[in-house]
Amino acid sequence: MRITCPHCGPRDLQEFSYQGDATLTRPDPASTDQDAWNAYVYDRANPAGEHREFWQHSGGCRKHLVVTRNTLTHAISGVDFAPGKRGGRKRS
Amino acid sequence: MTSWRIPSGGRIDRTRSVRFTFDGKSYTGFAGDTLASALLANGVRLFGRSFKYHRPRGLLAAGYEEPNALVTVTTDGAREPNIRATELEIYDGLVAESQNRFPSLGFDLQAANQLAGKAFSAGFYYKTFMGPVIGPLKGTRAWMFCENFIRRAAGLGSAGTVPDPARYERMNAFCDVLVVGSGPSGLEAARSAAAEGKRVILCETSAAFGGTANWAGSEQADFAHTLISDLGSNPNVTLLPRTTVWGCYDGNTFAALERVSDHKKSAGPGEPRHRHWVIRAGHVVLATGALERALVFPGNDRPGVMLTSAAQRFAGEYGVLPGKRMVVFTNNDSAYEAAAKLRERDALITTIIDVRPTIGDWALSLAKEAGAEVLAGHAVVATGGRNTLTSVTVQPFDAEINAFPGPPKRLACDTLLVSGGWSPVVHLASQAGAKPVWDDKLQAFLPPESKDAWEAVGSAAGEGIEPPAPLFEIKAKGDKAFVDFQHDVTADDVRLAHREGYRSVEHLKRYTTLGMATDQGKTANVSGMAIMADALSKPIPEVGTTRFRPPFTGVSLGALAAERYGDIRPERLTPMHDWHEANGAGMYATGLWYRPESYNRTGETVEDAYVREAKTVRRNVGIVDVSTLGKIDIQGPDAAEFLDRVYTNTFSTLQVNKARYGLMLREDGFALDDGTTWRLADNRFLMTTTTANAGRVMQHLEYYLDCIWPDLKVHLTSVTDQWAAVAVAGPKSREVLAACVKRTRLDNKTLPFMGIVHGKIAQIPVMICRLSFSGERAYEVYCGAHHGQRVWDALIEAGKAFDMQPYGLEALGTLRIEKGHVTGAEIDGRTTARDLHLDWLISKTKPFIGSAMMNREGLADPKRWSLVGVISLSGEKLRGGSHIVDGPADNPGRGLGHLTAMCFSPLYGKYIGLALVENGTSRIGTRAFATDPARSGTHIPVEFVNHIFYDPKGERMHG
Repeated sequence: MRITCPHCGPRDLQEFSYQGDATLTRPDPASTDQDAWNAYVYDRANPAGEHREFWQHSGGCRKHLVVTRNTLTHAISGVDFAPGKRGGRKRS
Repeated sequence: MTSWRIPSGGRIDRTRSVRFTFDGKSYTGFAGDTLASALLANGVRLFGRSFKYHRPRGLLAAGYEEPNALVTVTTDGAREPNIRATELEIYDGLVAESQNRFPSLGFDLQAANQLAGKAFSAGFYYKTFMGPVIGPLKGTRAWMFCENFIRRAAGLGSAGTVPDPARYERMNAFCDVLVVGSGPSGLEAARSAAAEGKRVILCETSAAFGGTANWAGSEQADFAHTLISDLGSNPNVTLLPRTTVWGCYDGNTFAALERVSDHKKSAGPGEPRHRHWVIRAGHVVLATGALERALVFPGNDRPGVMLTSAAQRFAGEYGVLPGKRMVVFTNNDSAYEAAAKLRERDALITTIIDVRPTIGDWALSLAKEAGAEVLAGHAVVATGGRNTLTSVTVQPFDAEINAFPGPPKRLACDTLLVSGGWSPVVHLASQAGAKPVWDDKLQAFLPPESKDAWEAVGSAAGEGIEPPAPLFEIKAKGDKAFVDFQHDVTADDVRLAHREGYRSVEHLKRYTTLGMATDQGKTANVSGMAIMADALSKPIPEVGTTRFRPPFTGVSLGALAAERYGDIRPERLTPMHDWHEANGAGMYATGLWYRPESYNRTGETVEDAYVREAKTVRRNVGIVDVSTLGKIDIQGPDAAEFLDRVYTNTFSTLQVNKARYGLMLREDGFALDDGTTWRLADNRFLMTTTTANAGRVMQHLEYYLDCIWPDLKVHLTSVTDQWAAVAVAGPKSREVLAACVKRTRLDNKTLPFMGIVHGKIAQIPVMICRLSFSGERAYEVYCGAHHGQRVWDALIEAGKAFDMQPYGLEALGTLRIEKGHVTGAEIDGRTTARDLHLDWLISKTKPFIGSAMMNREGLADPKRWSLVGVISLSGEKLRGGSHIVDGPADNPGRGLGHLTAMCFSPLYGKYIGLALVENGTSRIGTRAFATDPARSGTHIPVEFVNHIFYDPKGERMHG
């Protein structure tokens, strides 16, 4: 499998580290809502199909990426710098 | 040269003769011969003994699909079994042996297995050798006992016991078009892609390119070789002979094995034995060809029974005739063409036996060219001869009703060429998930419709295959009729599986082991399915296919490991490594790092040395290299805020030129790592981590900055290798530093506990922090890594006046155990801050990673395993990893915890340790046992104490 890092270009899977589900919203750190925290830390949807997830280009530029991957075919339909289009951080 | 060798022709080089040994006997062949062709040329017919029944076996095929002729080759003392004689290229000095026979191939005592009759049929081990319901051999114990003998009575080769002396390499390659197979269709695909300017990689399993062109006739061979040399001179084309593409993976990534030097006595300078290729291709052309099937009939495994195409290949490519008086048995027209070609090379073919009642004109004219009599509507029902074929028994045969309307007659022959149809080699497409499709006309599984990523061409796609009669087996009484030759699976075994209810193709495979040998059923799978389909009265496609999995043919483990073993693994050395070795340190590996264990003096054991070193630190002064600690430079206006969020304690309040010990948790509330972080400026920190967790912590920090808090302006740099770090520890530590540090004062006011100063040693800029892992007054000295040795030398020199001694990891460990300081042995991913008595570090005023989850009921339970000290009461040495139990050795009871670390304590004069124990704190003052049944067998009485053995108030290190 290959991922096209927006910074470095297409690279082999071995250069990347999987860093988990990117569809979650971290609860407010000061929140004591145990259910929300349990869900954030443990619950995962595990869909058969399109999935948004974090990968780090650990063997390259070290940036985290948001990758949209089909869990059945491994076809990658989108790659962007984390945290993704929602929420602010622009490529400098 | 013998009369088996055709006087001219073939790809072999008749000017270069080669001497080799098989089963202790010396033979001669030609360069370009395989072991199979060279032995055939010398009149050898017997090549092996079958797996279970030890039946004599000869060559069935001429290529990688050969099931019988497996040999063991010994090179440089290392043995490799199960090499196919049909692929092994001979070289001067080759030593090969047959397998699975005692005492010899010609006279194998274990052939007595055949007398056991049906006791050894498929799946016998599920049903036989079961013991009575009581007694020492009850139930499956009887089988376990018998298994010892049964295993020795069957098998393939035996593995070597000497470490593999060969070198292996790995290559990554990229191309626009990967062509698998260099027969006519593959060559054409490569030529046309190269003509379009594409980057092409062409892989061919055999030593020579050309595939079937090598034995189809000189015109085809010449045309192929012109094409090949054109391709070879094209810079966009990579030709890989002796290379098998064995695996298809996601994203059109293919694995291939190049056998670089197996055909030579030894590898050339710098040459590996095998090369593992990982090829990422834009498009793949599968020109993998088709394999001929044998027919299933009684006695079809006798040496001398061979696939028709194999005989053609031996004659055309290697210039060898497999026999002098041949008979052909077929269900399709391709055998006729082969017979005619063989006749051109002076083979004597007396008869062509065809199960079909009517034969087409084209086939009949070829039979005439071959000079063979045609017996249409006939079948072979038996073979004669002992270790080699001497005759076949033929009978009129009505395929429609499976009857024999006529008497049998015997035909004398020494070779029976069989052709049961053709199976396209669809494995790589199937590995990619493409389900093969049954074609009724061709009686074969074809690859499905091409996708963008790959296409099948040539006979792999079913082109040029002659449609056979839909017949796979001649059901006649008599000898065993084999389907899978390598695993000795007969047609009756398939029907047995059906009778016992194992009817799906997956069950058939696993119950009978059909298709599970090293050849993976390449000549057997379809016939096996056909027999099952017949038993089920269903059409073949409804029986289903098993999914093909890589590898297509065997791959050496060395090629897969390539550079990742032996002396090619990276080693991480500190700048002072050479000094440690030169000064008596035993270096041991912790991960990829090499660190000094202890500096043994003459006559000292490791324990003697570390006890002496630890004593020196407590009483005097010692020096230790701590350069392996993880170090991360953290800069930016939000750096302090970031640390507050990451650590359990507060760092924004830390003053410049001060350091603080910190603990970080995971999101689930468990401890992740600890370390000391130095504040070098308002916007700059130097974080240290444990050696083992450096990478993990870096990734943890990067994750939060990229994914969770992208608005924080913080920049991280890993600087583990940039700083050399040394600790000088003991009551005289300051005196040592005072003797060599310039540009700064070192008094307690200028450099208090956890303070930082900047100075110089031997003109090298250094940072010095007063912090202690050992529990004594101590200082850590950091300098640029390139200057590490120089600074170390200066400290050693300064220390001479104070009898300073270097100490290693064992002493470091002893000192920290006495102080109850935790390391990765206690922060093992299952412990919380509370478990480790580090809850004093937890801020009550700010949230941090893990703060929301760390107070869950289960993590606050006082009965959790918590950190305690342990003292050995019997004087026996404790073992790290021992279990803590309440009971005696013969009835220990359940595990209550384990020992995380141990040492001989110079302070106590006893063996002590740290342990995580259930209800730990409440057990202080009580006793139990540290038990180690699986390793040392010790069961040592211990007493629990507070985890801080020494100076609990910290007066020595703060003073």
